[in-house]
Amino acid sequence: MPQVKMTVNGKAASGEVEGRTLLVQFLREDQGLTGTHVGCDTSQCGACVVHVNGEAVKSCTMFAVEADGAEVATIEGQAAPDGTLNVIQQAFQDHHGLQCGFCTPGMVMSAAALLKDNPKPTEADVRHYLDGNICRCTGYHNIVKAIMAASGQDVGAIAAE
Amino acid sequence: MPKDGGIGASSKRREDIRFLTGVGNYTDDINLRGQAHVFFLRSDVAHGTLSNVDTSAAESMPGVVKIFTGADFEAIGGIPCGWQITDRHGQPMQEPKHPVLAHGKVRHVGEPIAAVVAETLAQARDAAEAIVVDIDDLPAVVNMKDAVKEGATKVHDDLTSNLCYDWGFVEENKDAVNKAFEEAAHVTTLELVNNRLVANPMEPRVAVGDYARGTGDHTLYTTSQNPHVIRLLMGAFVLGIPEHKLRVVAPDVGGGFGTKIFHYQEEAFCTFAAKACNRPVKWTSSRTEAFMSDAHGRDHVTKIELALDAQNNFMAIRTDTYANMGAYLSTFAPSVPTWLHGTLMAGNYKTPLIYVNVKAVFTNTVPVDAYRGAGRPEATYQLERLVDKAAHELKIDPIALRRQNFITEFPYATPVAVEYDTGDYIATMDKLEEMADHGGFAARRAASEAKGKLRGFGVNCYIEACGIAPSNLVGQLGARAGLYESATVRVNATGGLVVMTGSHSHGQGHETAFPQVIADMIGIPEDMIEIVHGDTANSPMGMGTYGSRSLAVGGSAMVRATEKIIAKAKKIASHLLEASEGDIELKDGAFSVAGTDKSVAWGDVTLAAYVPHNYPLEDLEPGLEETAFYDPSNFTYPSGAYACEVELDPETGHVAIERFWAADDFGNIVNPMIVTGQVHGGLAQGIGQALMENCAYDSDGQLLSASYMDYAMPRASDLPFYDVDHSCQTPCTHNPLGVKGCGEAGAIGSPPAVVNAVLDAMRSGGHDIAHIDMPVTPSRVWNAMNGQG
Repeated sequence: MPQVKMTVNGKAASGEVEGRTLLVQFLREDQGLTGTHVGCDTSQCGACVVHVNGEAVKSCTMFAVEADGAEVATIEGQAAPDGTLNVIQQAFQDHHGLQCGFCTPGMVMSAAALLKDNPKPTEADVRHYLDGNICRCTGYHNIVKAIMAASGQDVGAIAAE
Repeated sequence: MPKDGGIGASSKRREDIRFLTGVGNYTDDINLRGQAHVFFLRSDVAHGTLSNVDTSAAESMPGVVKIFTGADFEAIGGIPCGWQITDRHGQPMQEPKHPVLAHGKVRHVGEPIAAVVAETLAQARDAAEAIVVDIDDLPAVVNMKDAVKEGATKVHDDLTSNLCYDWGFVEENKDAVNKAFEEAAHVTTLELVNNRLVANPMEPRVAVGDYARGTGDHTLYTTSQNPHVIRLLMGAFVLGIPEHKLRVVAPDVGGGFGTKIFHYQEEAFCTFAAKACNRPVKWTSSRTEAFMSDAHGRDHVTKIELALDAQNNFMAIRTDTYANMGAYLSTFAPSVPTWLHGTLMAGNYKTPLIYVNVKAVFTNTVPVDAYRGAGRPEATYQLERLVDKAAHELKIDPIALRRQNFITEFPYATPVAVEYDTGDYIATMDKLEEMADHGGFAARRAASEAKGKLRGFGVNCYIEACGIAPSNLVGQLGARAGLYESATVRVNATGGLVVMTGSHSHGQGHETAFPQVIADMIGIPEDMIEIVHGDTANSPMGMGTYGSRSLAVGGSAMVRATEKIIAKAKKIASHLLEASEGDIELKDGAFSVAGTDKSVAWGDVTLAAYVPHNYPLEDLEPGLEETAFYDPSNFTYPSGAYACEVELDPETGHVAIERFWAADDFGNIVNPMIVTGQVHGGLAQGIGQALMENCAYDSDGQLLSASYMDYAMPRASDLPFYDVDHSCQTPCTHNPLGVKGCGEAGAIGSPPAVVNAVLDAMRSGGHDIAHIDMPVTPSRVWNAMNGQG
C-alpha cells in the first residue's frame, strides 16, 4: 500500500493508505481528526472542507495520495494553542452561526478561504461563495452575518439576534 | 435593556466551543476496539418477490465476518409502529409486518435485503456485490389514488387493500358540515399537493452496536432524537432485550428535524449483529442511503372547501386528503395526517363546523413520517392557501378576510377537539403589517417592474399545537406511549448542579438555555449548571425531542425537580439559621430569614447536605438530588403571521425571495438569540419546500432524487436575511414557564406565504392563476404563465 506523508495543522502526519483512500478518510480514520465531517457522497455539502496548501478543498473529493507532501489545515488547527477561538470561530459563536454543528467545520474553513481572497465581502459575495456548503439548521442568516462580522464589517443593521 | 444572564438573556451557546473547534462527539466519530463494519445490500426495485438471496460466493470474500439475510430475522420481532389509528367505522388501521431485513418480498427501493459484516467497509461493500439476488418484479404502486382503486396491486398481500385507514374527524359533524355548504353564500374549493420532502439533517444516520458477553449488556450508539424511545421500542418489541441490559446513547447529533425520532432497522441490526458476531458492528449511512432509508415527510394530496356566508364569515371547512404512508408504518406515521393535522384545521379562525377525511395509503415508496411540523404544515398550507383564494374570488383584501374571522377570545374550543389556551392573532398581524411596510409595497413593485420583473406580496397566519402532549389524551387517540418528560437535578456538595434530562439537544441549544432557567430560580451563575442528555444510562426515562416540546415539557420537568431541590434546601437552611422553614427566602443564591439580616449561602446549604454534621438527620435524608416527571395538561399553541415578498422573472420563471417577515407569539422566551435562530432554520426549510425541494418517484417506483445533485437543498444564495419578531407574547397558561415552543413554526408558517406571493406576482403581470403546486420551480412558473400548466 502507498505511504503518504503530509503536514496536518503544522505537525507531520504519515500512514499507509489504499489507493482509493480519500483524504477525509485519512484525516478521520488514520489521524483521528474527526472534526472534518462527511455529509454527502457527491461533493455537494461541504462539511468536509479543509485547506490543502492554502486552498479550500473538499476532502471527500481528493485521494489521500494526492495530498502527499502537502500542507493540510483542518478545523482542529484553527483555534490558538490555548483554545482561544480565531476571529471566524468567535464570530460564529457571537452571531449564533451554528446549531447542530455538523456543517460548521466546513463553513469555518470555507469562510477562512473566502476572507483570505476577499477581505471585505458583500452579502452577495458571501452567499455566492457558500454555494458549496449546505447548512440545514440556520437558514444561513447568521452564518452570512458571522462571516461579514469576522471581516470587520458592521453587521448591526442586519436583523437582530 | 438586554439581560446578561438568566431567563430572557441571549446567552452565547456553550456547546459552540466543541463544534467550532472540531471536537464534538458525533456517532460516526465513535470507533470501538475490534469493530467490524456493515454494508446493507438494498433493493433496487420498488416491488418484487424475493425468490433467492445467494450469499455463498460473498461469504468467502476477503474480510467477511458474517452475512445476514431476512431468514436470520424470522424469529425476531418486526419494527413496531407507535400509534394506532381507529378509522371512521371504529376499526383499527391495517398494520403490516415490518421486517428488519426483507423476507419474501421487497416493497420499496432501498429496503435492506442482506447485511454484510466485514473487517472494513470497503470489504463489506465488495462482498455485497458478490451476493446474487433474484427478484421477480411486481407492478409498483406509486400513485395514492390508483393504489386504493379496486383491483390495485397490493403492497402487502396479507392486508385487505392498500388503505391503511379511512379516518373521519369529527365524524359526528359530517352532516352539519354538508348542510352548511348547501346554505353557503360562497364556496371556495382548492385541490393541492403537499410535496414529498426528505428531512436531510446534514449528519447522516449512524449506528454502532456493542455487546459485552461477560455481562450480557448491549449498547447502541445511534443518531437519535430520543434514545430512551429507541431503547423501549427496540428492546421490548424487536430484540427482546430488557431495558436494564440495554443502553442507548445518542451523543452529539447533527440535526434531526423529525427523521431521527424513529426506530430504524439498521439500529436493530447493529445491536443484534454485535451479539451474533461478538464484536462491535458499525453502520454509517451514505447520503444516497439516507434518501432511500430515512423516513420521508409530507406527501399529501388534498381537496379542501370553505363555506362562507353573505358577510364573508367562515361557516364550514371540509377536506378530503390522501396521505402517503410509504411501504411500511414508520414509528409515528399514522398520527401525522390525523391527530397532528386534523386538529389544526381550525387554524386561527372561528369556523364553527369542520370535517376532515384522511385516507392513509400504502405505496411502494420509503415510509413517510414526521418532518419538522408534522401534519401542522400540511393543515396550515391548505387553510392559508384556501383563505387567500377565497379573498381573491370575493375581491376582498386577504388580510381583512383573515382579521374578520380571527378567534379573539380565549380559551377557545375549536370544533376539532382542541382548546387554545392563549393567543392574540390581531397583535401578531398588527406587528407583521408594521414590520413589512405594506404601504411601501407599491413603490417596490414599481421598481421591480422597471427592471422587467414582477413583484408579489403574500401573507399567511399559522397556529401549531406543540409541547406534545398530555399522556391520557394521546392514549385515547391511539398513542402507544406516554408523552411526559423527566429530569433529575443532582446538586453537588460545592453547589454546582447537573440536570439529567430526557430532552435531547441536536442543535436547539438546551445546554445553554436550560441553565438560564435554573440560574434564575436559584440565583447562581449559569456556568454552575451542566446539562446531561442523550444517554439512557444517566438520565431517567425520557421521551425526547420533537414537536417543539423540549422547553415546554422537558423544561417543565426540570423546573419541577428544581422546585423540589429548593424545598429541601430551605429545610436545611432553616435548620442552619435556626428559623422556621416558612420564613426562609431564596434570593440571589442565598437563603435568608424574612425580615432579618440572617442568611446562609447556597453553597453552605449544599455542603451541609453532603457533610451533614450540623443537619436535621432525624427529619431529613442527607444529599440533594431530585427527580420529577412532568406530563402536560394540554398542548401549547404558538401562533403568528408571516409575509413574503418575491420578485419573479417572467422570462425564466425564476422566483427570488426578496424579503420574509415573521411575527410569532411563542409565549415567554428564555433565550431570544436561540429562538430567532430556530425560526430562521424553519423558514429556510419552509421556503425550500415552497420553491425547490421535491422527493420524486417515477411510475415504476424508482427514486429519482437520491442525491444532492437531484434533490434541491436551499443554499445561501437562495435565501434572504429574514426579519423575525417575537415581541407578541401571550404566555402559555398551563406550564410553569409560560413557554409555547418555537422549533417548527418557521417551517409551518412559511410555504403558504411564498405561494401566495408568487400568485400575487403572476396576477400583477396579467396571469390570473388560481393555484400552483409546490415546489414553485422556474419551469412550473413559466409553464403556468405561458398556458402550459
